[in-house]
Amino acid sequence: MIRIFRLGFIGLVLCYVYTPIFILVVNSFNESRYGNKWSGFTYKWYEKLFENDSLMEAGWHTLQVGLTSATAATVIGTLAAVALQRYRFYGKGAVSSLVFVSMLTPDIVMAIALLILFVTLGIELGYISLLIAHITFCLPFVIISVFSRLKGMDMSVTEAARDLGANEWQVFSKIILPMILPAVASGWLLSFTLSIDDVIVSSFVTGPGYEILPLKIYSMVRVGVSPEVNAISTLLFVGSVVLIVISQLLLRKKGNL
Amino acid sequence: MNKQFNQFRFWAIGLATSWLALFVLVPSLMVLVTSFLTRDADFLIQYKFSLEGWKSIFDPTFISLLWDSLSMSMITAVICLAIAYPFVMCLMGLPQRWRGIVLFLLIVPFWTNSLVRIYAIQFLLGKKGLINETLQFVGLIDKPLDMLYSQFAVIFGLSYILLPFMILPIYSSMERLDFKLLDAAKDLGASASQRLMRITLPLTLPGIIAGCLMVVLPAMGMFFVADLLGGSKHALLGNVIKNQFIQTRDWPFGAALSILMILLLSFMLWLYYRATKMSNREGGINDSNF
Repeated sequence: MIRIFRLGFIGLVLCYVYTPIFILVVNSFNESRYGNKWSGFTYKWYEKLFENDSLMEAGWHTLQVGLTSATAATVIGTLAAVALQRYRFYGKGAVSSLVFVSMLTPDIVMAIALLILFVTLGIELGYISLLIAHITFCLPFVIISVFSRLKGMDMSVTEAARDLGANEWQVFSKIILPMILPAVASGWLLSFTLSIDDVIVSSFVTGPGYEILPLKIYSMVRVGVSPEVNAISTLLFVGSVVLIVISQLLLRKKGNL
Repeated sequence: MNKQFNQFRFWAIGLATSWLALFVLVPSLMVLVTSFLTRDADFLIQYKFSLEGWKSIFDPTFISLLWDSLSMSMITAVICLAIAYPFVMCLMGLPQRWRGIVLFLLIVPFWTNSLVRIYAIQFLLGKKGLINETLQFVGLIDKPLDMLYSQFAVIFGLSYILLPFMILPIYSSMERLDFKLLDAAKDLGASASQRLMRITLPLTLPGIIAGCLMVVLPAMGMFFVADLLGGSKHALLGNVIKNQFIQTRDWPFGAALSILMILLLSFMLWLYYRATKMSNREGGINDSNF
């Protein structure tokens, strides 16, 4: 009896989480414009989507920012995690608390802090400012993902390598990197999804000349329901889910989570 | 060889340190400074000391707005907690393998676009949305309920988006709970509610506070939820901050507001710290208690 109740409650919560998404996906294939009633299956909203030039351009910008910021955040974050794990240096405590703080800071606070910085330094709001902002909010996720992998590893191999004459770069590239590769890849994928899904930070630090997809969607849905938005949202959703599933599988490999 | 060693070390430490210093530390200090500057219509700010930004916070109309936003976020946290805690307790009854799968199913949507999910909620709450249609079909109501563009809708949306942030910390503190304590209490005659109130709840308190921390603060900032589900009437602190920076251009006031959020964050971190210390002292998380 208690078992049934338990499973029922878990099922109910999962239902609650997935129902809105399910409706959205169904509606993106719905013939009816307002999506109140099912009136037949159609691909036409997807076709319309690919004909919408400004939406496609925004999508292209989003990919651009996502790919570059995820890559940069992964490089910087991986090096940072290795440094935090292997070295003692002046200000190490300060660096780890900055990572912690930047992870907890509400998006909106980070957004205006960066906006003030960009305006003061005279950096034009557009691709560069978006890139910097996205790298900054992805960085802690990469660092933590890689760091927790490093912590669970046996580091005696690196000492053996040092004894046998390998320099630090060789130890990193030949031993540490291959060992932490799943966590690095998963950090990249997480950063990429964070970047393509961000609304709050981007809405502050981009200019009118460089529109990205989430902001374009935001301005469209503020006006009202639009079936093209259902279609693009479905694509965005499916894309994120695929990336997340891959990244979780990578992390799970060898039982390390 | 030695030189190369220094080089790798130098870049590994230097790159991240300078990035964090330049784009996290410096901007945060600039927010603090901006909150004490003078507003300027043409150049956004004048480099002249002023307390105007902070004074605007104590404006009565703003105080009531702040209160609204805070109470909506708190109600959101309470709702999330009311769902998450029993959920985690149910989850603990499942075999390890299933727990992982259920948690994974919960986390997947949390990584997808929250704006898109809020937009999807419009389909759920609308006059011809799923909830109204279902209630009418069952016969519970005659006329569709007006749920969209209300405080209820905003809170619904916020708790929908933020639920996993409450579940995960509670789960991780529940996982660390030593179940032998519960068995011992049971053997000594403690009832189910006694075990919950005197063992499980106090020992998972850090998880609860961490969850609240991860719900309340983001909830105050999510301006798009208030925009899409609350209409123009039910603003969150995030909407106010956004207005100050994008439309009204009162940067000192906007900056003061975000300092306020950071103060709130520090307060909750302090609570968390206290709670972990307490549960370590009184409970079974560390071995020194045995």
